[in-house]
This record gives sequence, C-alpha cells and structure tokens, in this order.
Amino acid sequence: MEEMRLLAPTAILGYGFPLESFKRGMEANPHVIGVDAGSTDPGPYYLGKGKSFTDRTAVKRDLRIILEAASAAGIPVVIGSAGGSGGLVHVDWNEAIVEELASELNLSFKLARIDAEFSQEYVLDKLNRGEITPLPGCPVLNEEDVRQSVRIVGQMGIEPVQKALAAGAQVIVAGRAYDPVCFAALPVMKGFDPGLALHLGKILECAAIAATPGSGRDCMLGILRKDHFLIRPTNKTRRCTTESVAAHSLYEKSDPFHLHGPGGSLDLTGTRYTQVDEETVKVTGTRFVEAPYSIKLEAARKTGYRAVSIAGTRDPVMIEKIEEIITGVKDNVNDNFNLDGRFFLHFHLYGYRGVMGELEPVRSKAHELGIVMEAVAPSQEEANTILSFARSTMLHYGYPGRISTAGNLAFPYSPSDFEAGEVFEFSIYHLLQNIDPVSPFKIKYEEIGGLG
Amino acid sequence: MAGSETVRLRDIAGVIRSKNAGPYELTFDIIFNDYETFEKAVRGNSVTKELFSLLYGIPVVDVFSVIPFPPAKAIKITILRPRPSGSLGETDVYGAQQHGPLLDLEVVLA
Repeated sequence: MEEMRLLAPTAILGYGFPLESFKRGMEANPHVIGVDAGSTDPGPYYLGKGKSFTDRTAVKRDLRIILEAASAAGIPVVIGSAGGSGGLVHVDWNEAIVEELASELNLSFKLARIDAEFSQEYVLDKLNRGEITPLPGCPVLNEEDVRQSVRIVGQMGIEPVQKALAAGAQVIVAGRAYDPVCFAALPVMKGFDPGLALHLGKILECAAIAATPGSGRDCMLGILRKDHFLIRPTNKTRRCTTESVAAHSLYEKSDPFHLHGPGGSLDLTGTRYTQVDEETVKVTGTRFVEAPYSIKLEAARKTGYRAVSIAGTRDPVMIEKIEEIITGVKDNVNDNFNLDGRFFLHFHLYGYRGVMGELEPVRSKAHELGIVMEAVAPSQEEANTILSFARSTMLHYGYPGRISTAGNLAFPYSPSDFEAGEVFEFSIYHLLQNIDPVSPFKIKYEEIGGLG
Repeated sequence: MAGSETVRLRDIAGVIRSKNAGPYELTFDIIFNDYETFEKAVRGNSVTKELFSLLYGIPVVDVFSVIPFPPAKAIKITILRPRPSGSLGETDVYGAQQHGPLLDLEVVLA
C-alpha cells in the first residue's frame, strides 16, 4: 500500500463538524475514520462519576453522520476513550448510542468494544511488585489511593485496536486509549512507520485545531506514506502552515520534542515541516523510540458533596477587610457545628486572586468582588448546612468599621444556594510497567443489524 | 548588553497561553511573531526558571522546564500545578487562564 488516508471529523466526539467539510473529507476516500472522545482536561468528576462530559444528543449527531458514511464507504470507524473518560460505563454509554443508530439507520456491521478498566486487586498487586511509578508532579502511589479509587482506567496503545481490526471489526468503541491510537492502529498494522503514524495521530486527534484558523469543530485529513505524511484541513477557509502544525506539538504537552506513550516515545528532534501547497504541510523525520511497555493509569476518588452560593459585594470597607471577615465566618461555622475539620469551606473572590489563587502576583483588589462560597462535606445535607450557615453568617457579619448594617452581600439568585453534588479528585495518575499490550484490554465482538 | 533592547512580551509574541499538561502540570507556550525575534529572545535569556519562580511565587524546583522550540518559534515552560486539576481549592480546572502576568512582562532581545 502506497499511502493511507486518515480522516478526523472532530476533535472530540460530540464537538461537531460542518457537513460540507466532512463530505470533502470523504471525497478523499479515507481508509479509516478516527475520533478521539477523551480527555482528563474537564477534571476528575467525569471519570469518578462515570458520566460523559459531552452531550448525548451532540455525540449522536456526530456519530450518525460518521457511521452512515463509513458504512457506505466500507471503512472502519475507531472511537478512542469512549464516553470521555473511557471507563466501562463510558463505553456502555457510547456503545448504546452506536447500537441505537445502527437500528435507526438500518446499518449492519461487526462491532468491537474494548474495555480499559483495571480492578483494585490488579493495581495493588502491581503496586506491591514495584511496577507503578508516579508521573511528574504526582506523589508516590500508596495502597489507600488504590482502595479509595472508584474507577481505574489505563490508556491502551495501538495493539488492542489492531487485534479488533484484524478480527474484522468495522466499528470499534474503545475505552481509555492513548490519543493517537484511533488513527495510528490501522496504518502501523499495515506496515507504515510507527513514528510517523503516531505523530500524525497526535495531530489528527485534535482535528482542525492544528490548522489556521484553528477549530475543534472541523475536519482534518492525514495522508500517510512510506517516509512522510501530509496534513491538511478539508474546509477551504482553513489551512495548515508549517507553524500551525509544528506549534501543535506544544499543545497540552510538557516537552514538545519527546512525547511519551505506550511502548515508547516519539522523538521530534529530527522532525521537519515543509509547506507543500497553500493548505498542506509535509512532515518527515519523526522517530518512534521503543521502550519497555508501560501504560498510563488514571483514577478518581470521591471527596464528598458540594454546595455553592454566589454573591457579590460593593462595599469598600467590607472589601478592605474581606480576609478577616472570611476567617471570622469560618470560626463561627466551626464553633457552631463542632465538625472538627470534617468539611471544606472556601471563598473564591473574583476581583481578588479569584482566577489564579496563590499564583497571582497582583495583590490589589477590584472595587467590587464576586464571591463564590463553597462547602464540601461527607454528605450533601452536611454540605448544605455548612454553606447555608456560612452564607447567612457572612451576610450579617459585624466586622470592625462596618458602615452598611443591613446586609453584606448582593445575591443574584433566590434560592441563593445550589447543590453541586458529588465531588471527586484524581487519585491515580501513574505509569504501570511490565504489562502485556493486549491481554488486559478485553475485547467483545457483536454482529449488529443484518438479516437477523 | 551591546545591541540589546527590552520589549513587552505581548508586542513580540502573537500567542501567549497556559494549559494543563495532564492534571499535575501546567504548561505555558510563548509563540513569537517571527523567527528572528524568537532567536533574539532566546539569546536575551529573560525567560528562565528563576523568572517564573519570581512571577508566580513558586520555588525554582517547581519550574520543571524551559524549552525553546525552534520549529514553532516558541518557548515552552512547564511548572508544577498548585494542586491537581479539580481538587479542593481549584480555581482553573483547565489551567487556561494562568498566562495573564506574562503579557506585560519585559524581556530582553539580544
């Protein structure tokens, strides 16, 4: 095979794409459509709670167009990190949408789902063997972290997807996967260079974000050949430039020259970018450097329940004394409920270090402050109680020098307090060493539709 | 320094941004307007671990790397996140609004 064409309709399944761009992409006769659905960016909640951070209707809209076109063209569709976080429930959620669409559109195909969840026992065993190491900035893992984790996922490499493709799967719904996998699995299986295939996958998983003007809601086409790849957007209003493509390897990475993944890393020190025409960039020289096989593990644990209240103040005396007022309110809450620190009470002050917190070098205050009060406690009821008490205490708090004695806070809403539900935090973000690339990721096949 | 000048970063860099690099790291990209300015800024050596330590009030060891990236005429800086993304006390889950102090930073071109 001389070249392989890979189509990326959208940066995240559910982010959408213009129909015209997708049509132009399909006119290039792609060999595979890939969509990466996942990210840890929206935070630990979605992994912990087992929810997608994208909307079901939006995901179904994208998949309807993709599945219909892929079925007509007879090419596979690979979805990576299904449901956003790639746990079992996330894969279930995405699989149900695929099955619903197959029935609605009267499509028949072989479906493969690939699970990426790991049991606590498995991870504890690995931990005891010393085969789990922290990623930069992350503490050493301990047994408690594992025990408290509600859902542990591992980023699969290309191998499980290749196994499913080799078995004839036409639609693959994969759990948590290394981002480029949904694109790189097929070409590497067909003998293309893994360095180029994975680098191309890295760019394609963000769809047209690497074009200029960039967009996560537009299509990108990759053309992979023996010793280079070409990359271009399918929307004529965008173009790829050497700068836009090179700059993409900066995005969300800590080192743009070395991108680590399962089984090795991409070495971009010898990568060259050449402008081929107005909209297309040619990339050469990226190398895949093999390393002992390891994958990234991610997990979240529940920290409690949150209640939130939003208010503001425009009183100059109150603003001047805001820190001692907050300390006073916290003391009152402690005194009243004797909770012995079993809660978290925090005041985000917009207009005073609200966005940057301790990283903020500017220490002056704005003339009005937005105040977001939050309480996190072991139960929703306790969080509601603490927040309600803190809010009413702050509203009527008699601080020294107070001139306005009717109320300290402006509330935009009635009711003033909101239940924000369960709160999660990341509990595992570590490398799992010495692991088989395929066997931990269970694959199930299903014939969808057809004569039955 | 002979032939050197001091300029505001936003006047020579068209892209200045911050973002999570995973839940435990925060990364900054400064993409310069042209290659010559990028090279001058690298030579001027204003963007250092020490500068980020001062600007963001963090220990120098928490500034993990400062990497010039010629293919994109960019300098990339990665620091330890003040707390893992989304944990209690979080102010910016995506880490996308931590770049502000860089815009008016004065850097040396040499």
